[in-house]
Amino acid sequence: MIKEHLDLYEVFIRGKRGLDHKHVGSLHAEDPEQALEYARDIYTRRGEGVSIWVVRSRDITASQEDDSEAFYDPSNDKPYRLATYYRLPDEVNNM
Amino acid sequence: MAEQNTRQDTLEYAQRLGDDAVVLGHRLSEWCSNAPFLEEDLALANTALDFIGRARMYYGYAAELADDGRDEDDFAYLRDQRDYRNLLLHELPRGDFAFTQARQYFIDVYNQLFLEELRQSADERLAAIAAKAVKESRYHLRRSRDWMLRLGDGTEESHRRTQTAVDNLWGYTHELFELDPLEQRLVDAGVAVDVAALRDPWREQVGTLLDEATLRQPADDWAVRGGREGYHTENLGHLLTEMQALHRAYPGCSW
Amino acid sequence: MTEDELEQAFYRRIENEEKIEPKDWMPEGYRQNLIRQISQHAHSEVIGMQPEGNWITRAPSLRRKAILLAKVQDEGGHGLYLYSTAETLGISRAEMIEALQSCKAKYASIFNYPAQTWADVGAIGWLVDGAAIVNQVSLQRTSYGPYSRSMIRICKEESFHQRQGYELMLTLCRGTEEQKAMAQDALNRFYWPALMMFGPHDSESAHSAKSMQWKIKRESNDDLRQKFIDQTVPQIEFLGLEHPDKDIRWNEERGHYDHGEIDWDEFYRVISGNGPCNRQRIQHHIRVHEEGAWVRDAMSAYQQKKRQRAQAA
Repeated sequence: MIKEHLDLYEVFIRGKRGLDHKHVGSLHAEDPEQALEYARDIYTRRGEGVSIWVVRSRDITASQEDDSEAFYDPSNDKPYRLATYYRLPDEVNNM
Repeated sequence: MAEQNTRQDTLEYAQRLGDDAVVLGHRLSEWCSNAPFLEEDLALANTALDFIGRARMYYGYAAELADDGRDEDDFAYLRDQRDYRNLLLHELPRGDFAFTQARQYFIDVYNQLFLEELRQSADERLAAIAAKAVKESRYHLRRSRDWMLRLGDGTEESHRRTQTAVDNLWGYTHELFELDPLEQRLVDAGVAVDVAALRDPWREQVGTLLDEATLRQPADDWAVRGGREGYHTENLGHLLTEMQALHRAYPGCSW
Repeated sequence: MTEDELEQAFYRRIENEEKIEPKDWMPEGYRQNLIRQISQHAHSEVIGMQPEGNWITRAPSLRRKAILLAKVQDEGGHGLYLYSTAETLGISRAEMIEALQSCKAKYASIFNYPAQTWADVGAIGWLVDGAAIVNQVSLQRTSYGPYSRSMIRICKEESFHQRQGYELMLTLCRGTEEQKAMAQDALNRFYWPALMMFGPHDSESAHSAKSMQWKIKRESNDDLRQKFIDQTVPQIEFLGLEHPDKDIRWNEERGHYDHGEIDWDEFYRVISGNGPCNRQRIQHHIRVHEEGAWVRDAMSAYQQKKRQRAQAA
């Protein structure tokens, strides 16, 4: 096994105020502070962000393909949670 | 008359600061595709770009003051090493990664102090350049400081390399805090930074960090100086030969 | 779900132009094909830093020096985006670097040509990045989500690369006779290798058919190459340079330029390791990697120490 020296971090950037942080990629770093600096140097070279999050990749718990039926299919039969489910007259349809 | 003299002095001062920036920017740019890993390669390039940008601002201002048709490139590419007035610390070869980071750390601490003062300059243009540059230097310092800790307190080898770098750099730090008559005149006019006053805060910050990084502060038993008078190490000649080769080979061309 | 059902679900997604995402089930061949292509792409970016990097310290103006450094830095950044993309497929960057250094993984052959003159910096930006962009624009529609997103990001950034290269050439062509000759020489040397970047003819391409079926690749080598040839003709004319391909002719019927044949012997010679700079490029990468080993070790050691201290406290 070839040794990977540094932890992998996922990088999330808020493009501008009012927007969510968005996943942009990953990088390797020694600690979270360095990961933050490298995220700044690598993912905001053109001033793309106003705020950065970094998370160690292995600290992320992700849903699995196997879970997908149990996780997402149950919502399929609840169209009443979506705005488009409700038909309103044109006069008030900009709701 | 006094105003004319201050203008000439300021031109020379801007040129000196431009020389510091272009020479260090060049050294840092040598790391491109040579860094220990990809993330650091990009980060070093950002620092190099900041210094090249700074050189352009200082030379651009010097060119305006000169008002004789010269531009930023004439300052960078058409002066020989005896005319360069950078502090020697900037021109030393990049060495290993420990040398580069230790030099960078010394310069970043210095620049942060220096640029904070230059922001207050009576010369608005210099003050504006400093206001932009100080933000960059704050970030540079954050990085180089962390590297000193990692390398100083990392492995035996990294400790040894970093201590060697600190020892070999120390004698070049003294001239950072020395004023010549020109700078003294500009200090009196409220234009230049009184660098002598930066020595104590610099030593305090650096001393504390060296301690934390388990590194030894070298003795003050040697000092090399002369950069501001055009007395250089042999390294600058080689640097300029490379940097200026193409520009000089085709005189008068646009690029 | 059974393996068969998973496979059916996978192909349904491909069929419906849905993206495949990292945690999805995918055929092992798809994964391996992606790893091969993405890591090769990443290595190309990183090795591609060398020829242009060769001119950073000699750039003839401060403006050009800043532009070139930023550009080469971008290549490194793109390499990093792509390594990061490949890592979502379960391979580590260290493994990819090992494959590069032991010549098990390839990179774009174009970088085995030397950047001899300043005009080469322009020709590389204009032609090499130009060819890369044609390919990458097409890859924005690739079926693997993370790869597609990297391509979108990279394309956005790389348009500056091609433009700076063309602007550099334009400045030379409007300069002295010597400068213009330098530009012509660079065009002559880089034009054909740039065409080779699109790979062998479709009929000869080992991985093409499967890649198209999986929608990893969206357009064929020859189609992409034609696109590049067509777009380059007016650009050469505007510079006032001679076209290096003496057989270039507009074909009204096809709506494309007919062109001369690539020297495929040269193509295979360079790919198999006998280009002007193959050894130099890999040796540079290995040397830098080895020189940096003590730094990476120091970081690991420092991290260990910090953790121990935190535990003790």
